[in-house]
Amino acid sequence: MEYTIKNARMLDGAIVDVEISNGVIKNIGNGLNSGEMLDAQKHLLIPGLVDLHTHLREPGREDSETVATGSAAAAKGGFTAISAMANTFPVADTAGVVEQVFRLGREAGLCDVFPIGAVTQGLEGKKLAELGAMANSKAQVRIFSDDGKCVSDPLLMRRALEYVKTFNGIIAQHAQEPALTVGSQMNEGIVSSRLGLAGWPAVAEEAIIARDILLAEHVGSRLHICHLTTAGGVDLVRFAKARGIQVTAEVTPHHLLLTDELVSNYDPVFKVNPPLRTEVDVNALRKGLADGTIDIVGTDHAPHPTEDKDCEWQSAAFGMVGLETALSVVAKAMIETKLLDWNGLVNRMSIAPAKIAGYTNHGQNVAKGSAANLTIVDTTANWIVDRNTLASKSKNTPFQGMTLPTQVLHTFLNGELVLRNSKIVKSTNGGSN
Amino acid sequence: MDRHLLSINDLSASEAIQILNTASELSKISDGPMKKLPTLRGRTVVNLFFEDSTRTRISFESAAKRLSADVINFSAKGSSVSKGESLKDTAQTLQAMGADAVVIRHGASGAAQRLADSGWISASVINAGDGTHEHPTQALLDAYTIRSRFPDLRSNFNGLKVAIVGDILHSRVARSNVLLLTKLGAKVTIVAPPTLIPVGITDWDVDVSYDFDSAIKNVDVVMMLRVQSERMADSFFPSEREYSRGYGLDIARLNSLKDSTIVMHPGPMNRGLEISAESADSHKSVVLAQVSNGVLVRMAVLYQLLGGAAFSGEVSA
Repeated sequence: MEYTIKNARMLDGAIVDVEISNGVIKNIGNGLNSGEMLDAQKHLLIPGLVDLHTHLREPGREDSETVATGSAAAAKGGFTAISAMANTFPVADTAGVVEQVFRLGREAGLCDVFPIGAVTQGLEGKKLAELGAMANSKAQVRIFSDDGKCVSDPLLMRRALEYVKTFNGIIAQHAQEPALTVGSQMNEGIVSSRLGLAGWPAVAEEAIIARDILLAEHVGSRLHICHLTTAGGVDLVRFAKARGIQVTAEVTPHHLLLTDELVSNYDPVFKVNPPLRTEVDVNALRKGLADGTIDIVGTDHAPHPTEDKDCEWQSAAFGMVGLETALSVVAKAMIETKLLDWNGLVNRMSIAPAKIAGYTNHGQNVAKGSAANLTIVDTTANWIVDRNTLASKSKNTPFQGMTLPTQVLHTFLNGELVLRNSKIVKSTNGGSN
Repeated sequence: MDRHLLSINDLSASEAIQILNTASELSKISDGPMKKLPTLRGRTVVNLFFEDSTRTRISFESAAKRLSADVINFSAKGSSVSKGESLKDTAQTLQAMGADAVVIRHGASGAAQRLADSGWISASVINAGDGTHEHPTQALLDAYTIRSRFPDLRSNFNGLKVAIVGDILHSRVARSNVLLLTKLGAKVTIVAPPTLIPVGITDWDVDVSYDFDSAIKNVDVVMMLRVQSERMADSFFPSEREYSRGYGLDIARLNSLKDSTIVMHPGPMNRGLEISAESADSHKSVVLAQVSNGVLVRMAVLYQLLGGAAFSGEVSA
């Protein structure tokens, strides 16, 4: 189908019309009129957002999320590509499971869903999964992660880093030294000491980051650090980049905005792994994202059903949903504070993640010939988060009731309109290429 | 103190003193021939115990019964809880049964606050120990016991020196006592090996010492905490003997205390580990007074939460 986006504001401020045809941007100019018209009313047109860290729960926990509901949440959040983490039931550690998730993403047709493969069989941290089979499957997996668990065995981590070089893969590490975090419930510090909750110390994250950047240097492989949360971790990544080590790092929206003080009322909606840290850490993460030490924002969208949060803290599941609030939270943390401008934000949430993952159809500058994976956002709007209006099947947002800046209005996936006026448009062709 | 007693932080210094004063008034009745007050007649107090603690449960039960409340004991073992029922469902069952107050003991820190904040029940919630967080009535009964031994302390504990010794990291008793004693003006020193001190201690209004012998010079109160032997398995300390040598209240340390110093322990004691038999049974020990004062202080808490006022000594009805 053909569209013309009328009166779109580009990142440089120019107001233009954008013609879309056959999944690509055919023309950018003024007075364009082909196909269906969508008036952007001078709102900002940017490349669709790309998430390298999404838990879609299917197969196995369809009570909390499915590929379809997660894809809808992604489209509402302005994402055109998401990456499905491997900790499903069964684990995505074979070509069969990653192809299933890939196919479900195509069927939903609201967002490109790229499966992440497990590093080790069953996420058990003992034997490598069939990384090559997943890489060569229809899903063409390039990112491998045991996220939720750390690949803590240093030898196995070394082997994984080496092995994925054959197909230019990358290992995304959940940096958590397990022995230092047995039974951990929240950040170890002043608040945990007051609340009597078992601590998850910053050093448990930093020890693994330090080890893995040295391993990556030694074997010359690509390492990606998932959800960095500590000031010390930022320093380590900065050190690694200065040494020329191929390391990239990610931060979640919630770690850019929230601190462990929120745990004080024991509401498990604030229970997440890695945990919310201190204000010092939040400021270091923001600075790291601003100066490029941290390359990207990853949502770590982690849906959980009500009963897994409607209980005492210790029994509750770790995790927060985040796809639908990600852009607004990052705008609040980074743009309102003038740490990033919109160019910078688009880099961290679209261009850089697409480049790391090799999602060549995504994260392209809005230009003639680029794939039409686009989103249009109202940067002047404020909205109040209401968990009951989330498209995600789960409602565990820590931002409930918060007023956030920037609203996602329209999203195009491979040239098709999937979100119009902040509402999902049912895809007609059942997906895209 | 509003409707609940979840943490010592729920109390101002004057409210805490008021509870102690109410307990003092109630003690006069307990010493008399008619031990029971009609105050809570027709009210229902539920003891909801997810952890075994016969001592604390009996103490709350006696307190409620002396105020003429109906008492329901609900323990997790052998109940629907052991069959996987959630805290929420248990709470709503109690709500349907018309509980006016729920006394909760739970292994998870924050469970009492969840019960109070979640909207699952409308009853008053009293925290009888939640995980490694707090045990506020223990701190109140300890303060009551201290005050009964140091009659000069009436409306504050200014000038009182207290050493709290042992597993601070995992102790709800220590957390509540630090909060209450410092709120009342006492000077508190924490004594423990560094492994058993929380990293966030820097934020507490206490002194920290690793040296028991120097820390107990000139203190007025030595409060010993129970040390669980599984801490040894987790390498918090190398052996029971080494712990006992460094942090046990043995006869030599007992003899080094001032004449007026008292020795406290929340029980149950590990004799020979954190406290020697001589220390536990010495005239300095107020361990049994702590137990009997527990009933009075819990009566005072129930009285003020459910009766809505401080007790003045006048018995109506």
